[in-house]
Amino acid sequence: MLDINTIRKDFPILDQKVNGQKLIYFDNAATSQTPNQVVSSIVDYYKKTNSNIHRGNHKLSIQATTAYEDVRKKLQKYFNSRLPQEIIFTSGTTQSINIITLGYTDILTSQDEVIVSEMEHHSNIVPIQMLCERTGAKLKVIPMDDQGNLIIEEFDKMLTEKTKLVFVSHVSNALGTVNPISYIIDKSHEMGAKVLIDGAQGASHFEIDFQKLDMDYYTVSAHKMCGPTGVGILYGKEELLNKLSPWHGGGEMIDEVSFEKTTYGELPHKFEPGTPNIAGVIAFGAAIEYMDKIGLDNIQTHEDELLKYCTQELKKIKGLKIYGEAKNKIAVISFNVEGIHHYDLGSLLDQFGVAVRIGHHCAQPVMNYFKIPGTVRISFSFYNTKEEIDLMIKALNRAITMLQ
Amino acid sequence: MADMLAIQDEIVAEFSSFDNWADRYEYMIELGKSLPLIDPRYKVDDNLIKGCQSNVWLHSENNDGKLIFTADSDAILTKGIIAILIRVFSNQDPDSIMDAKTDFIDKIGLKNHLSPIRANGLLSMIKELKLYAVKSKTKSN
Repeated sequence: MLDINTIRKDFPILDQKVNGQKLIYFDNAATSQTPNQVVSSIVDYYKKTNSNIHRGNHKLSIQATTAYEDVRKKLQKYFNSRLPQEIIFTSGTTQSINIITLGYTDILTSQDEVIVSEMEHHSNIVPIQMLCERTGAKLKVIPMDDQGNLIIEEFDKMLTEKTKLVFVSHVSNALGTVNPISYIIDKSHEMGAKVLIDGAQGASHFEIDFQKLDMDYYTVSAHKMCGPTGVGILYGKEELLNKLSPWHGGGEMIDEVSFEKTTYGELPHKFEPGTPNIAGVIAFGAAIEYMDKIGLDNIQTHEDELLKYCTQELKKIKGLKIYGEAKNKIAVISFNVEGIHHYDLGSLLDQFGVAVRIGHHCAQPVMNYFKIPGTVRISFSFYNTKEEIDLMIKALNRAITMLQ
Repeated sequence: MADMLAIQDEIVAEFSSFDNWADRYEYMIELGKSLPLIDPRYKVDDNLIKGCQSNVWLHSENNDGKLIFTADSDAILTKGIIAILIRVFSNQDPDSIMDAKTDFIDKIGLKNHLSPIRANGLLSMIKELKLYAVKSKTKSN
């Protein structure tokens, strides 16, 4: 059992009023809040250690480099990658995906095929479409059903020897569906295709073992798991990352530079040009430590309880429809109320102090599937409570009355 | 034709009589509901305004030197905002529309109560209204 009251003391941002009302933060799938421990690690870094890494040989630079590289080792352990250099620091999931799609530009040909799913976030669609435009490769899409599950038989049918890459999200940000990634990874490997799992919504909810899952690439954003914005990782198997061309050139990523020929550095530096977000990476380390201390098992149990309770309460509201009712889903609820625009509901909920996300959630194909312009999306984190759900339901009922 | 500033003052006075946000929003919803329907043939993609979180269709006609605006949205709060804007901007001559100040929006608390993202929609609408005025002036010259 989590002691939520004690945990909430680590998040002073939650203890405030917005629009004159007690803040209820239910937009965690967009970004999670940052505990004091993570904030202090940023402040401490700038107060005591700030220095550029890898190149200096003075005390502060050595300290900063050690702290930065320690986070890589910490993440290696946390996610169980075989090697620390298989963890590449990036600005987040979007950049991580782009490193892969740019890297495959000189590998794919017009004879190849790439698979994505219908429920992807735009950041796991657009870079792949751009890759297909550059190479002439053909894009295929795994469809989904009314419950928000991928139709896996269709995936089986479209997977052939021509398939070179498969991009699927661990968890849908718009519907909360947890996808059968183990099945997709194993099947794809049987055909010789490489798999990227977009873990933006996965890493904050589940224990993830990179070696056990065995996908070729996995992406994570720190700000969805109590870390700062602008930091994330790309995980890739060493032998594959070694074959990919670097996406950007610059300092830090080279072996030797001359005007005749430049050779690139080893992993992970090959993919980390320029001065990175050092404070952010160190804070990511603090966030991982924090999540680990609370325990993913505890987090999952608590969030599942909130999901169940909130779903049950929402279903009592007349005309309310939930989008995405997969059996295996995380604490994300997308919904609309009959005859009311999501924009109106979101605006009034905001007036009541409830922070939710409205719109298409960067997943327009999902909205097109349901033939709607958007939804209201509630998403929980481990610091949310049933009392907050009760207050939200009250506000929602009031908003509906005002709008009908 | 009523003076645009006078209409704006009238609106500011109406909104200042509410002492809480809920009443202000109820009023906006009411305005939204009473917005005259737009002719369906003007509810086309060409009349859609970009930059709003809900769909907004805006149509303009020149009636003897004055611009008549009709508009619609799929969100009721947005329709409320449209109703206010049409009250100010419709049935005015292009010059007045182009020169119109819009600080009444701050005064009725719309800008404070709508986030910058949503205010962008509001600003896009005003931009579009003024653009129609500019276009109609260039045509008549």
